Amino acid sequence: MIRIANGQGFWGDWLEAPVRLIEQGPIDYLILDYLAEVTMSILQKQKEENPELGYARDFPPLIARVAKLMRDRDVKVIANAGGVNPIACAREVRRLAPQLKVAVVLGDDIHSRLDDLLERNIFLNNMETGQPLSDIRDRILSANAYIGAFPLAEALATGADVVIAGRSTDTALALAPMVHRFDWKDTDWNLLAAGTIAGHIVECGAQCTGGNCQVDWQNIPDMANVGYPIIEADPDGTFVITKHKNTGGRITTDVLKEQLLYELGDPAEYITPDCVADFTSIHLTSAGTDRVRVSGIQGGPPTMFLKVSISYSDGWKALGTLVYSWPDALAKAKAADSIVRERLRNLGLEFEDIYTEFFGYNACHGPAARPPDDPPEIQLRIGVRGHDRKAVDRFTRELIPLVLNGPPTATGFGEGRPPVREVVAYWPALVPRDEIETRVEVIE
Amino acid sequence: MKVPLSTIAHGRSGDKGDTSNIGIIAFDEAQYPILAREVTVERVKAHFGDMVKGKIERYELPNLGALNFLLHEALGGGGTLSLRVDAQGKTMSAALLRMEIDVDG
Repeated sequence: MIRIANGQGFWGDWLEAPVRLIEQGPIDYLILDYLAEVTMSILQKQKEENPELGYARDFPPLIARVAKLMRDRDVKVIANAGGVNPIACAREVRRLAPQLKVAVVLGDDIHSRLDDLLERNIFLNNMETGQPLSDIRDRILSANAYIGAFPLAEALATGADVVIAGRSTDTALALAPMVHRFDWKDTDWNLLAAGTIAGHIVECGAQCTGGNCQVDWQNIPDMANVGYPIIEADPDGTFVITKHKNTGGRITTDVLKEQLLYELGDPAEYITPDCVADFTSIHLTSAGTDRVRVSGIQGGPPTMFLKVSISYSDGWKALGTLVYSWPDALAKAKAADSIVRERLRNLGLEFEDIYTEFFGYNACHGPAARPPDDPPEIQLRIGVRGHDRKAVDRFTRELIPLVLNGPPTATGFGEGRPPVREVVAYWPALVPRDEIETRVEVIE
Repeated sequence: MKVPLSTIAHGRSGDKGDTSNIGIIAFDEAQYPILAREVTVERVKAHFGDMVKGKIERYELPNLGALNFLLHEALGGGGTLSLRVDAQGKTMSAALLRMEIDVDG
């Protein structure tokens, strides 16, 4: 049995979690997931400004903080902290923790290869809309293929203490140590599916240990000290999800069911670079306090393609708010919304989208919400998006005047004019698997 | 007897681009058939109204006593494009749990 813990569900997750996972009990592997779809574009911009950046900057200091314990307790770290510059990330880790051996997985970044791929009729059309990539070619910020578990397992085989990847899948981080230690083959689809589903369960950190849990949330103990998840994986593909003793949170079959369904598409076809996992084969059984055993998982071969994540610049947006108090708070906010829209029309401004929400009424649940009876206050929130930056900027000047020239009792304008933000959009595509060749480099 | 779906089920929701994914789970797996009977694509469509511009798909996971819904074009463009406060659809499961269902059949 090996213990694989996840200490980071996204870049920005709790800084204490990975440290506590190493300090508070036995683990063999610590995995850290840093990348969301738009993270790569932010990192690409940072790299363009400074060629030594472009990775998750929180990661090297974290490793420096736990380096001694990693050695004392024989814990290996696997992270997709490399972003668009895994080598720079690895060098910084080595600078801060020179006693550790670091391996990087390269080959996911296809930004510089796009024209070559297009010339060879690999079109990278948008998977969802079918649009050709040429529509956005000159606005592309980053392009990465999703890498599976086998290149990460190859990196572990070098004996590295720290494995750094760029755009690996979240689930591959958990599956890689199982492939490495249990010697699973690329045709062991049921086993690979099991490891993939274990990865899916833990990939959002505390979301499988009581965080964001709707069942009995008021009574989940000690969330201030919530324990992050640990997979106790066996070579036969069964595993237990648990957490360290004396930590907060809760692990039950109910908690795991919520996380299993999170960001799920067709449950019978969960497609990864390693396999296609079948969520309808999952069997959960309680195995004691804060322990759930997962078994029965089946899977099939992966597809001929790898998913590609492309980010591109797609215009500008701004969002502004005002608060209206009782009486008639909702009616005032609605009147203010009409006035703003009429003024924008009178200015001849056009947007691709203009959207209004009334906090305290329909912001979260839209038409499924019931109007409040007599609310003490309502927050008006209006957003616009478009390719004309000047129009978006003009919109940001149309809200605050309402405090004096609109319906009564408006407040909440203390932040001033809302900022105009660049929209970085996400373009999912497919690339033939044999176009992506990964390689492992050990940074000495 | 009409009750809110939240009396027999819990859930979690997330996103894939402009698609909202809503998982709905029976507290008691014995009540999964009620979920499967009551929470149909048509009723979910009516519940969310013009918030969902695209099609709705439903998948069954009897092994977990759960249903998974995909609501296409439901997040105002999704991700960074969306102007909604809940651009990732985190509260969409709670929204669906407001739906009235008939537990007697």
